[in-house]
Amino acid sequence: MSNYDFIVPIGPQHPALKEPETFLLMMSGEKIKGMNVRLGYNHRGIEKACEGQTYIQDLYLIERVCGICSHSHASCFAQAVEEIAGLELPKRALYIRTLIGELERIHSHLLWLGVAGHEIGFDTLLMYTWRDREIVMDILALLTGNRVNYSINTIGGVRRDITTEQIPQILKAIDTLEERTKYYAKVATEDTTITARLSGIGLLSHDNVLKLGVVGPTARASGVKRDVRKDDPYAAYGEIDFNVITDDHCDVYGRTLVRVGELMESYKIIRQVLAKLPEGPITVKAPRKIPVGQAVSRYEAPRGEDLHYVKSNGTDKPDRVKVRAPTLANVQAVAEMLKDRYLADMPIVVAAIDPCFSCTDRMTSISTADKDDKTFMSWPKLRTYSIEWYSRQGVDFSDLNKKFKAPGI
Amino acid sequence: MVNTLFHIFIFPGFLFACVSGLAAEYIDRKLYAKMQNRIGPPWFQPVADCIKLFAKEVIIPQQADSRIFTFVPVLAFAAVLTSFFYIPLWNVKTLSSFNGDLIVVLYLLTIPTLTFFLGGWYARSVFSMIGAARSIIQLFAYEIPLFISILAVAMLADTLSLSEITVFYSKHLWLILINLPGFVVAIIALIGKLEKAPFDTPEAETEIVAGSFTEYSGRPLAFFKLAIDMELVAGSSLLAAIFLPFGLNIHPVPGFMLYLIKVLFVVALISVSRTIFARLRIDQMINFCWKYVAPIAFLQLVLDLFVKGLIR
Repeated sequence: MSNYDFIVPIGPQHPALKEPETFLLMMSGEKIKGMNVRLGYNHRGIEKACEGQTYIQDLYLIERVCGICSHSHASCFAQAVEEIAGLELPKRALYIRTLIGELERIHSHLLWLGVAGHEIGFDTLLMYTWRDREIVMDILALLTGNRVNYSINTIGGVRRDITTEQIPQILKAIDTLEERTKYYAKVATEDTTITARLSGIGLLSHDNVLKLGVVGPTARASGVKRDVRKDDPYAAYGEIDFNVITDDHCDVYGRTLVRVGELMESYKIIRQVLAKLPEGPITVKAPRKIPVGQAVSRYEAPRGEDLHYVKSNGTDKPDRVKVRAPTLANVQAVAEMLKDRYLADMPIVVAAIDPCFSCTDRMTSISTADKDDKTFMSWPKLRTYSIEWYSRQGVDFSDLNKKFKAPGI
Repeated sequence: MVNTLFHIFIFPGFLFACVSGLAAEYIDRKLYAKMQNRIGPPWFQPVADCIKLFAKEVIIPQQADSRIFTFVPVLAFAAVLTSFFYIPLWNVKTLSSFNGDLIVVLYLLTIPTLTFFLGGWYARSVFSMIGAARSIIQLFAYEIPLFISILAVAMLADTLSLSEITVFYSKHLWLILINLPGFVVAIIALIGKLEKAPFDTPEAETEIVAGSFTEYSGRPLAFFKLAIDMELVAGSSLLAAIFLPFGLNIHPVPGFMLYLIKVLFVVALISVSRTIFARLRIDQMINFCWKYVAPIAFLQLVLDLFVKGLIR
């Protein structure tokens, strides 16, 4: 590749990035001709550490995978363990999990809106949204005792109940936030400089979303109606009426609209949860030793689909825990979005997938370099194998595109 | 002799320029903070920042041309300081005046941007070189509309001397209204000159760290910061003298107060623009300047030609 003049190293330490990672941008003037992503600065070995601790201890460790979507990871892990143990959770516990999950989505999306403002040099939006984010942080502290890592989950339910006095406080905060969100929606969609910086940037077509397996608001902004809360309802989402927000802009502007729309949906969900909150216990007794088995659990984190795999071996410690954070699914799309764009678009395009690199960092080590080893599979081989395996199970991939086809694209 | 030294070091020279520059920076930052629902810095923060920078170690990158790297901040500082001697502050008189000093002032206020380019380019770091290139690209976009609009105003007054321009407009106050489009152009150009949002592309923090200033530290950086602060006051004073030349023949004390209010007004306009706009991309900035700002500047020129024919 010699179509570039110089390389701009964005990272590992750079003001645009909140976590260390490297984007090597191959530039020709102000245009980006190619990009290399290097992750791995944040690898903490959480998956391995989980194998050495009991399920209850793991819950607190897993919660620290991500500082923003901590409840998502903890719930996702708890769901997998509960599935293996065959626990039937009380309704009230599921509703409280949903409530905390939506409050978390609100604080994550408000945070994103501020970060997006900062990346395009509009710090006023950052200051305003982060001020309002304090409201939801205070509510989370009120309900769970913590602002960031809420630790409300336990295997078999939740640890804290919601009192009747807390409900009006939550509703009041939600009313304030709804009013402010309407204002931000107006600002983000009508301000000339903001729309000039967001429209047409980071284009990702509907087909590319499906090809790259993009998840969350990034996928929904390209018209792909993909939301675990609707597709595979967990917690109390099956009993709650809400819409999956999609958009046809396919760019950063669309992603902003989707996130603002999801904020409005979250307020709706929280009102319903509080109105429908059933009486009863908040936890069932979970066995200390989880029986042999394995489970995959899906959860719609604010950034997209979070996936946890847990394999148990009959002891009080898991045999294997695997975390697939949403950013891992989205990070490949960044290179596609930045093709032939300006350097100035790079921070906002990266920010638009709402990346969380410390969630994503994994380490792969291949102990043998022998290519003929039967235990190693090349990527095309693995792909054909999986397609064949699924077609034996009765899953046909040829019409998957049609299923996710959105109107107007 | 004492008089000359007083002018150079106290008023309107070094001390006044520094103090007013730091005060303007404080006001800009405080207003910006208040509009963003923040508390903002205490009054001595710009001074403290300055002292801190002067006391810090100077690091010159190995690959940089150390002579140019250390020289250009002082050049920027000196150029802005010199411009104070030619700008009428609170009355029609300036320290030194001749026909053509308007051109000199415009030139002196262009030098800082050129030094940003030189300093950034000779730092030889990829971020500062991109910042330097952007500075110079941006310069061509705003400088020409600025010159056209200011020279149009000077043409109406039939002089290139700043004090004579102010004298002329004090006599024909209603002509200020004719020059309003030029004032808008000049404010936009001043924002570009000072590299503040929405035209802060050359030092866009989230893209190229600090642009030209990425490799600067210690004293050279302090000189740059002071030069930018002083340029804010010098630019505002220039705009106030050319576009808001009223109340210049009153008693010194209220006259000086009025001058401060005019400068504050311009600084406040810049702070507001910083608060309500997102940063434009460099191509958007160029488009904006040539599509909208330059035509307004030409409109000002035509308007002034027309009015000149009318009053003669």
